[in-house]
Amino acid sequence: MLEINAQGMPYRELNRLIREAVAAGEESFRLYNVCGQRYIGAGLRRPVYIEIHGVPGNDLGVFMDGPTILVRDNGQDGVGNTMNDGRIVIHGDAGDVLGYGMRGGSLFIRGDVGYRVGIHMKAYREQVPVIVVGGTAGDFFGEYMAGGIMVLLGLYGGARRPLAGDYLGTGMHGGVIYVRGRPEPYRLGKEVRVFELENGDAAILQPLLDRFAEHFGTEPLDVGREPFTKLLPVSHRPYGRLYAT
Amino acid sequence: MREGMVRIPSGCAVSAVMNTRGRRINGEAITRSIACMHDRSNGLGGGFAAYGIYPEFAELYALHLLCDDEAARLDADAFLQKNFEVHRSEPIPTRRVREITDPPVIWRYFVAPRRECLEQRCLEDERDLVTEAVMTVNNRIPGAYVMSSGKNMGVFKGVGFPEDISRFYRLDEYEGYMWTAHGRFPTNTPGWWGGAHPFNLLDWSVVHNGEISSYGINKRYLEMFGYRLELQTDTEVVAYLFDLLHRRHGLSLSVVCRVLAPPFWKDIDRMEAAEREANTALRMVYGSAMMNGPFSIIVSHSRGLIGLNDRVKLRPLVCGRKGDFVLLASEESALRLLLGDPDEVWAVRAGHPVIVEMERSVAA
Repeated sequence: MLEINAQGMPYRELNRLIREAVAAGEESFRLYNVCGQRYIGAGLRRPVYIEIHGVPGNDLGVFMDGPTILVRDNGQDGVGNTMNDGRIVIHGDAGDVLGYGMRGGSLFIRGDVGYRVGIHMKAYREQVPVIVVGGTAGDFFGEYMAGGIMVLLGLYGGARRPLAGDYLGTGMHGGVIYVRGRPEPYRLGKEVRVFELENGDAAILQPLLDRFAEHFGTEPLDVGREPFTKLLPVSHRPYGRLYAT
Repeated sequence: MREGMVRIPSGCAVSAVMNTRGRRINGEAITRSIACMHDRSNGLGGGFAAYGIYPEFAELYALHLLCDDEAARLDADAFLQKNFEVHRSEPIPTRRVREITDPPVIWRYFVAPRRECLEQRCLEDERDLVTEAVMTVNNRIPGAYVMSSGKNMGVFKGVGFPEDISRFYRLDEYEGYMWTAHGRFPTNTPGWWGGAHPFNLLDWSVVHNGEISSYGINKRYLEMFGYRLELQTDTEVVAYLFDLLHRRHGLSLSVVCRVLAPPFWKDIDRMEAAEREANTALRMVYGSAMMNGPFSIIVSHSRGLIGLNDRVKLRPLVCGRKGDFVLLASEESALRLLLGDPDEVWAVRAGHPVIVEMERSVAA
């Protein structure tokens, strides 16, 4: 394991050290005193393991293709931006545009997430991106979502804010959003509807719940005993006729 | 090509620190916080607002001026002498910093409005005279601009990265109970000394990440109340809107925020009758003060801080608290750097302000 003290280190230097070590065959990293350094793990294509202590900067794991990143604290904005494969596990909260344009791999967030989570996420054949959120989400959850799976658990009581904010699934035209509860109709985007779970959903959802519990050392939820609903798009081309006469 | 003729899209950084019991903080702290977000700005603007730095002149207005040359400074000087008793006039101390090139003439005045000027103009509130003077200098005296005009506070800004601007102005030699900071990445307007943030009027200062797309409407509205917008930057409207709505129209700070970033009509429709009526009235009366476009702003005044996002959260803002210290910043890392392990840290919600006030018992 390579340990790096990132205190006061510019992001370019930190990422250069990681890239060079990965090229030399290093498989495991522990970064400590991280404070706002951007692009950690950017574009790495090997299944290395990176453990981060402190708050990593924006675009954590951007374009990443295989590594596993563990964050003990909170994440900032743009976690998993356009990520292709691998896994990011965050023990705290995460910010806005989490999983932006994500096309594979998985993000597990124990706490709350910000606005526009999963925006433009997409799937292709076996590449199915997954986002699982333990807390609540801000507005525009799953905006313009084209594929993949998002799970919103709302585990910690809705005292501070609703399970999901407004404009839920606005512009969504592919993939599925599982929500532990039933979102109020006025919060839904025009392009989605709420459905009961069907045969086959448990087979997708239960392994994700198990993995969530494993990552954070919590009791696994049982799909059958929880009030899950799912959101699906009503059209695969919601804007197809926008400019047609 | 001259700066201002090309368009470079990106973001800015904002940051603020306040001690709610009035304990004073060295300028070094806010500098570290804003420097942590270095990559959000591009060297075309940096600045700071500092509160509580001039206790020995607490009763006087501190006017910080930027002047293109000494001639412009003398024109401004003559105008100020006519309207104010000038208790002290001096260059703002700076140090030579390699990164800061071609600074203007930078001066400060500690002044009190002349009583006869107030009487002549039938002005009851001396702050109206100060406001008029600021507008006149910015608008009528070529090459002279007022950076700040509050009491026991001052704005220090210019073209450069914020950490370099801080060294240039020797901010490590100042102590204040509240600081705000800005690192600029100009998008639609030129990166010049007067266009750096914070923007100020009286004790209002504003730092802003984003763009006020409603600038034209807001500007015309403010002009009806005598404000002149001369600094070629959208953020200027925010300082004047707070002055107009809070100081002159008497709206509470939370209502001012409601005017600037009002609930959507769909949300107003779902409110109880009384609340619906109040919010409808605010939108009708103050429609031209509503700010459109992406923004996260930090507004400061002598007794507190306000953090506000646009209604769909197109720019980031995080708040943190540890004991009697409260911080706001574009990124959580910039809070952590100063607070270590905060008691609380949360993302400011779209359109819902964070309003922090000095403890009542503290005189400041």
